[in-house]
Amino acid sequence: MSAEPPRTPALAGREAAQDCVLAISADPLAVRAALQSICARNPVRSLPEPLRATVELVLAEVLNNIVEHAYDGAPGLIEISLRRQSGALHCTVTDGGRPMAQGTLPQGHLPQPDARDLPEGGFGWFLIRELSHDLRYARAKGRNVLSFCLACDAASDRLAKQSG
Amino acid sequence: MELIATPRHDALVVTVNESRIDAAGAIRFKDRMRELVAQASPRVILDLSHVAFLDSSGLGAVVAVMKLLGPDRRLELAGLTPGVQKVFRLTRMDSVFVIHAAVPDALRDVG
Repeated sequence: MSAEPPRTPALAGREAAQDCVLAISADPLAVRAALQSICARNPVRSLPEPLRATVELVLAEVLNNIVEHAYDGAPGLIEISLRRQSGALHCTVTDGGRPMAQGTLPQGHLPQPDARDLPEGGFGWFLIRELSHDLRYARAKGRNVLSFCLACDAASDRLAKQSG
Repeated sequence: MELIATPRHDALVVTVNESRIDAAGAIRFKDRMRELVAQASPRVILDLSHVAFLDSSGLGAVVAVMKLLGPDRRLELAGLTPGVQKVFRLTRMDSVFVIHAAVPDALRDVG
């Protein structure tokens, strides 16, 4: 947990500007602990409650996807970097697991509620896409790099919805 | 995963005494609920008022519990906190469940 996360070129030399950087092992209990730690310190702690809850939910979906699909239960490391800038929380999550199928992110269509056959899964990418903006995925040097922004105030939240 | 089941009239009220139903706890939640709903009762009311956080794995587990009750029994939800309510609203699963603001008075532990 205390291991220094390997720095991607994009992060090198910008350490001082990072508000929150952590590296965790890819397992569900480590994800839970990381979410609680992220919410307890800045930049997330100072956000209004509804936005903090959104940050926790989106990060949970992103991190759990990595544990379940990229690493598929195998041990591994996940790096998380959060920075607040210009009314948005800029998030970058990196892992060394399998690449996304076809090299692209899932569409994340909302599973249709059907009373006879209710969906038990498939909500994760829908929630990530619904609640984040500027979502980008790249495979670089054998690692998955996912970046996205989350609103830090009600005004930018509305803007995000209009442009989306 | 602390779940407390209390039979009340025709309902079984299950209180989730946890602050989260997340990916790390979803399977235990589902397994524990399977044991509890083995008690025959036409209505099962899940009191979520202590649950501050629910992710898509937790949502999937609640849906799974609804399905294991079968077509003749109902799972109702009560006391959704704002964060949990948002997940149900965004995924439109709020249209699938009967949702009470709180556990109905008639089913509360009176006194």
